[in-house]
Amino acid sequence: MRKNWSERVGFFFLILSGMLVIFILGVILFDIISKGSGSISWEFLSRPPQQGMTEGGIFPAILGTFLVSVITVLFAVPFGMFAAIYLHEYAQPGKMTRLIRLAIRNLSGVPSIVYGLFGVVLFVQMMRFGTSVLSAGLTLGLLTLPWTITACEEALKTVPKSYREGALALGATKWYTIRTNVLPYAIPGMMTGMILGLARAAGETAPILFTGAAFFLPHLPKSLFDQFMALPYHLYIMATQHHAIEKVRPLAYGTALVLLGLVLLLNISAIFVRYRFRRRMKR
Amino acid sequence: MSFKKRKSRKLKEILIEKFFFLNGVLAILILLGIFSLLFVKGFPAIRDLGFKGFFGGAVWNPNAYGTPKYGILSLIVSTLMVTVGALVIAVPLGVACAAFLSELAPPRLREILKPAVEILAGIPSVVVGFLGIVLVNPLISKIFGISHGLNALNGAILLAVMSLPTIISLSEDALIAVPHTYREASLALGANRWQTLVRVLIPSGLSGIIASVMLGMGRAIGETMTVLMATGNAPALTFNFLEAIQTMTATIAIELGEVPYNTTHYHALFVIGFVLFVMTFLVNLISDLILQKYQEVER
Repeated sequence: MRKNWSERVGFFFLILSGMLVIFILGVILFDIISKGSGSISWEFLSRPPQQGMTEGGIFPAILGTFLVSVITVLFAVPFGMFAAIYLHEYAQPGKMTRLIRLAIRNLSGVPSIVYGLFGVVLFVQMMRFGTSVLSAGLTLGLLTLPWTITACEEALKTVPKSYREGALALGATKWYTIRTNVLPYAIPGMMTGMILGLARAAGETAPILFTGAAFFLPHLPKSLFDQFMALPYHLYIMATQHHAIEKVRPLAYGTALVLLGLVLLLNISAIFVRYRFRRRMKR
Repeated sequence: MSFKKRKSRKLKEILIEKFFFLNGVLAILILLGIFSLLFVKGFPAIRDLGFKGFFGGAVWNPNAYGTPKYGILSLIVSTLMVTVGALVIAVPLGVACAAFLSELAPPRLREILKPAVEILAGIPSVVVGFLGIVLVNPLISKIFGISHGLNALNGAILLAVMSLPTIISLSEDALIAVPHTYREASLALGANRWQTLVRVLIPSGLSGIIASVMLGMGRAIGETMTVLMATGNAPALTFNFLEAIQTMTATIAIELGEVPYNTTHYHALFVIGFVLFVMTFLVNLISDLILQKYQEVER
């Protein structure tokens, strides 16, 4: 009987910890949604901040996050895709391949603020892009690159070997095989990775602090070389830097809800794409 | 096909392969680029102040009149405090949750818990930091009877939440990878499921679990926005979890926007960045080595 006693107590704690994790997520979502939904309105989403950011909306921040994300994807997806194609289709096992994989794994562990430092030196100063949409987008592109590579490689792994062998046996060249018999089936999986990378980039703050995000701008960015407002940075300001913090708390909650909603929506759509893709592959 | 045409086709194939190879090498170039740029930009400060100027002091006050102080020990201690604090919370909770998922959870609950962990991983750090201010902050000040709760404890709690998903999902993988025969042998010998878990499954999956903890640790060390918002940002040497601290990441985030380019202070921030880079690099490398060894043993 003593044995079962230890099992019961032990398992009780395991159940408790599982519940605790769900509880933590529940508290986070409940707090943000319940206190943020009051601020959400069409005005809030479509208008710029007014009266020293104590009133009005967050439209410039939404637009800024969107613009930067576009640059991020335009940079990270092609490079990530090509690197993944090399690693999965061409690379022979050896020192070089091991080194590339080691570099990718380590890149994904580099702190985001360090990417920020790198972006300041490389894009803002050396390439003279200034603090701009372009600098911030490229910095975030570098940050998401290792994730994109890994996701694209996972997608390539799901394409059965027989697809490749069939084309090669018919005399197609390697590139022709990849282009016609591998990539079309891997694209949806790559899309999933792209969306997940986008979600990550949209929520990042540290890398854009010094590469282009602005406290407040009276006008929208007109070119890639302008500064911009961004959702996560706007939330940071509303939560810590504003002169009337208590007064703007509802606006901060509203911003947090929009940001969280955006990121979760991207995550869910990635899961959806993956699900449909899996069903199609099974058929 | 003519000989000439076949030759040009071969050439094209080789060029395409080279093109993809260059993209693969890009990752190495970026890593080297980050390393060397941080070094180059940090070096002038090391040259001016000497190693002792950074690692010999605990006072970080670059704006002091007369002799600015660049001792980064207090910043390193702060970073380690929140990291260790986070792990103390997240490791038992995360491993227990992983064990729950792999051993115990009925499929229905799994279907809830797995996406919950994924969603938790997706919450932006700035949102977590915001919750540190509006939720954890009043809670801490109430429980401990202090004027505000923006301190190391707050940062540690938030970082625990942020590193939980990493620890849970990788530890679960490690537990699932333990061969079925181990479990069956233990149960056949009369051990109950709890004993099997604690004495057989967890020790067998330990290298994977340790690797997951190291990865979570790397995330915690490098996390910026949450600690910036929730720890109070007072660069003083303390080991008290109820006092405000300032981590390495927060220092860069606060000060880089204010300093003129290419001053000693500016270069000093890159020294912090360099130290940060080396710390996370080592942590990731160790977890990598553990995982590699573990995969070899499995084979």
